[in-house]
Amino acid sequence: MSHTDPLAPQAAPDDSVLLTARGIRKSFGDNEVLKGFDFEVRRGEVVVLIGPSGSGKTTVLRSLNGLETPDGGILSFAGGPELDFSKPVTKTARFAMRNRSAMVFQQHNLFPHMTVIENVIEGPVRVQRVPKARAIAAAEALLDRVGLSEKRDAYPFELSGGQQQRVGIVRALALKPDLLLFDEPTSALDPELVGEVLQVIKELADEGWTMVVVTHELSFARQAADEVLFMDGGVVVERGAPGTIFTNPTEERTRRFLDRILRPLD
Amino acid sequence: MSSGWQLFLDSFWPIVWGGVSGTIPLALASFAIGLVLALGVALARLSKNRVLSGAARFYVSVIRGTPLLVQLFVIFYGLPTIGLVIDPWPSAIIAFSLNVGGYAAEVIRAAILSVPKGQWEAGYTIGMSSSTTLRRIILPQAARVSVPPLSNTFISLVKDTSLASLILVTELFRVSQQIAAFSREFMLLYLEAALVYWLFCLVLSSGQNALERRLDRYVAH
Repeated sequence: MSHTDPLAPQAAPDDSVLLTARGIRKSFGDNEVLKGFDFEVRRGEVVVLIGPSGSGKTTVLRSLNGLETPDGGILSFAGGPELDFSKPVTKTARFAMRNRSAMVFQQHNLFPHMTVIENVIEGPVRVQRVPKARAIAAAEALLDRVGLSEKRDAYPFELSGGQQQRVGIVRALALKPDLLLFDEPTSALDPELVGEVLQVIKELADEGWTMVVVTHELSFARQAADEVLFMDGGVVVERGAPGTIFTNPTEERTRRFLDRILRPLD
Repeated sequence: MSSGWQLFLDSFWPIVWGGVSGTIPLALASFAIGLVLALGVALARLSKNRVLSGAARFYVSVIRGTPLLVQLFVIFYGLPTIGLVIDPWPSAIIAFSLNVGGYAAEVIRAAILSVPKGQWEAGYTIGMSSSTTLRRIILPQAARVSVPPLSNTFISLVKDTSLASLILVTELFRVSQQIAAFSREFMLLYLEAALVYWLFCLVLSSGQNALERRLDRYVAH
């Protein structure tokens, strides 16, 4: 594996298990949005979560990144402790887990008061204590790789939606996480800007990044995913290779969901 | 030249000097201390700790629910009766700081709440603690939102410092009062005091505009 490409992940995709989630539960008030979620992600694997809104997909991502604290269940990253959420989990443990992944948000959530380069180096410099010159060099290489070198000193409001989202991706990459999390990264974009963002994500997948992607872009899932999980009502209804799920789903619910997305007018 | 005009000219610079040496330093010191206090009170009000947020709410309620003049008198004339004597200047600074602390706390609290939740999450996701996120991500954005209302607070404060004349602080209004008492030209001197306050506030407003433009550089127009 060549590490000269700035887009290449830190660890080689050796197929070992990176992340295990077992029985993850989460309620908001009376609304139980996750009713026992299980999956395993191997290094280099691309897992795509699909399903109707409210099915719990986003809550899965947010739990992995420590933005939500599950009410129960177990999360563990390779080489890290097993976090059992049925007991109180310390802040230190949650922060340690959070640092294993980086999130790309639907609404990019770039820092509006910082330029593109400042957005990208903020995490490495302020949190990871990377020397500033080195962080800048790394950030410039990443920006160059996604075609945004000339936007280095622009403020987020000066960028198109697609460019903003690509900066969001670069900001996540700059943290050198083990796992990338994408929460509907193209849902807020104008249709003609979706392609440039999906293209970058697809390239990252090809480079060997491990990622969990929540998306409604089924064509992306078909091309990039190693495994597709269809979620509904807080559980995984069906999982498998994209070819199987999309062409020959076993479950009636999966079939109906795919029909609604692929043939909305029928 | 009429004697009225001559009196106006003769008293102009003493009144301005009363502003420069009294009003402005009093306002600046009280505003600076008040802002620090206000940030603490705003954070306390936003805290999940019931005792902390309750205490902050109580403080804001008392400050906003009682006249500034009464607060000033409690500190300067009231405290000595329980053995705590504070000089005019420190008394004034304490009263005005506490006052700014109460009003500005609400402004800062609203400004912090106006920053989208996603900004906190973006800070967390790049590994920041809540305090770092607050400092690096949230407060700079809240600052932009709070400049116009805080400028109002400051301009009000500059005018409110005239109350300090009642506890013997030599500032703009007290200088005018003294000249008026001596010359018996009350109308002239008090209008002149009003004019000088107004000139000061004009300068401050232009300063506010410059600051807003600077903080707006990262926002689409």
